[in-house]
Amino acid sequence: MPILSLHNVSKSFGALTVAERVSFDLRAGEALGVIGPNGAGKSSLFNLIAGNLRPDSGRIVLDGRDVTAAPPMQRCLAGIGRSFQIPQPFGHLSVYENLLVAARFGGALSADAAPRHCMDILRRTGLAAQAERIAGSLSLLQRKRLELARAMATEPRVILLDEIAGGLTEGECGELVATIRQIHAEGTAIIWIEHVLHALTSVVERLMVLNFGRVLVIGAPDEVMASPEVGEIYLGVAA
Amino acid sequence: MIWLDTLLQGVLLGGLYALFAAGLSLVFGVMRLVNLAHGDLIILAAYLILGVAAVLGVTPVVALLIAAPVMFVVGWLLQMQVFNRVLGDDILPPLLVTFGLSVVIQNALLEGFTANSQKLSLGPIETQSLHLGSVTVGVIPMMTLASAVAVIFLLNQLFYRTSLGRAFRATSDDVVTAQLMGIRPRRIFAMATGIAMVVATLAAFYLGARANFDPSIGPARLLYAFEAVIIGGLGSLWGTLAGGLVIGVAQAFGAAVNPEWQILSGHIAFVIVLLLKPRGFFPRATD
Repeated sequence: MPILSLHNVSKSFGALTVAERVSFDLRAGEALGVIGPNGAGKSSLFNLIAGNLRPDSGRIVLDGRDVTAAPPMQRCLAGIGRSFQIPQPFGHLSVYENLLVAARFGGALSADAAPRHCMDILRRTGLAAQAERIAGSLSLLQRKRLELARAMATEPRVILLDEIAGGLTEGECGELVATIRQIHAEGTAIIWIEHVLHALTSVVERLMVLNFGRVLVIGAPDEVMASPEVGEIYLGVAA
Repeated sequence: MIWLDTLLQGVLLGGLYALFAAGLSLVFGVMRLVNLAHGDLIILAAYLILGVAAVLGVTPVVALLIAAPVMFVVGWLLQMQVFNRVLGDDILPPLLVTFGLSVVIQNALLEGFTANSQKLSLGPIETQSLHLGSVTVGVIPMMTLASAVAVIFLLNQLFYRTSLGRAFRATSDDVVTAQLMGIRPRRIFAMATGIAMVVATLAAFYLGARANFDPSIGPARLLYAFEAVIIGGLGSLWGTLAGGLVIGVAQAFGAAVNPEWQILSGHIAFVIVLLLKPRGFFPRATD
C-alpha cells in the first residue's frame, strides 16, 4: 500500500490552474523528485499535500486515511513534514527551540523524549554547534539545514523538501544531499522539488515532471530526462 | 525627602499599571491583537470578585481565587468564539469587535450594578503601612508591586521555559509555519487570552482594594495599560513593567506639583518617551 496517494487532485485560483487532476502514489520509503518550469505548480502541490491549500476536487490519502479535509496541524501529526523553499524558521526562537516545538507539537513527543530526539537531529544535520543561536541570525546554509532538521523533528513518514539545495555552493549542496540520503536510507519517504538536477537524481528513485499543474510524466530519472516531451517543455530543447 | 516619598509612591502605583498592562502585552505579543476591551474586562473581573464575595460571604482574597479560573474560562471562550473569528491580515475587524465588546461590558455592568462606585473591602490591612526610614509605604501598594514583579517573572518563565511558551513564541513568529509543526493556533491564542484574564483579575483585585471603581472606568485603565506597553516596547514583558513604573512615577510627581496634573503628567511622559525612543525601551530585535 502506498504511504501517500493523490487521486485527481485539482486546484484553481480563478483562471489560474495550479493543479489539474494530479494523481500519483508514493511508496513507503520511496524518494520521488519533482521538477518542472517555474509556475508549473510544484510548490502548490506541496501546499495541497501539507494542507495549506484545500483542493477544489480530488482526494489525498495518507497511509490509507483520507486527509483531504484535514488542516495542516493534523497532517503534520499524521506524518507529513515540510521544508520551505525560502527558509521560514521561528526567527526569535533558538535553533534548538525550533526543533523542540516541532518535536513536542508535530511529533507529539514527551517532554523527556523530545530533547534527546532534537539533539540527535541537530548532530545529524550539522547544527549542534548552533543549537543555542537565535534562528533569525543563521546563514542561508544553516537555515536550510534548520528547515530540514525541523521537518525531521516532527518524526514524519513523508518529508516534503522544497528546493532545499537552491542557492547553495557545490560543497554545501553535497553536504545537504548526504544528510538527505541518510534520512532516505532510514526509511522516510521523500518528495523533493529541486532545480539542482544532479543533486536530485543522485537520491530519488522516480522523477515526476509537472507543467501547467498537470503531471507530464513520471518514471525512472533516466527515462524521464530522456523523454522528448520533457526536453521540449522543461529544458527548452526541440523534440 | 518628599521627593523620595513621591518617587516611591509612583513606583508602587506603577506596579498596578504594570498589572493592567501585563495581560494586554501578553495578548498583543502572541497574536498581535489589540484588545480595546481589556480595561473593561478588568472592571468586569472586579465586579466578579465583588459579587462572589457578596454571594458566598467570603473575603475578597477567597473571591479572587474563585474569580481567577472563571475569568480564564471567560478569556478562553471569548477567544475561541469571538476573537479567533476576526483575527487575520486586516487589523480593523479585531479593533471593531473589541471596541464593541467594551461598550457591551460597560452597559451590562451599568445595568447590573448601577453607576454607583464600589470598593473591595480588605479590612485593617488597607490602612496598614511600613515605616522605611523617613518614608511610609502602604502594605497593599507594596503587595501590588510585588505581585506585578511576580506576574512578569512567571510570565517570562512560562514564555522561555515551557513548551506552551515556545508555542506562544513560535505562533507569534509565524502562524502558518506553526500549523505545519502541529501547533493549533486557535487553542494557543485561547490559552494566551485565558492567562491574560487571570492576570487581569489580579489587577482588578488590587484596583478594587486601592480605590473605588464603577462601570465607566475601564477605558482609562486601558489607556494606562497601552502607554505602559508602548513605553516598554511591544512584546517585552519586563519592558511592560518598566512602562508601568514610568507612568506611575510621572503621575506621582505630577500630582505632587499640582493634583490636577496627575493624569496629564503620565500622558506627557508617554509622549516624551515616544519622541525619544519611538519603539519603546525594550523593543524586540526584529519584528
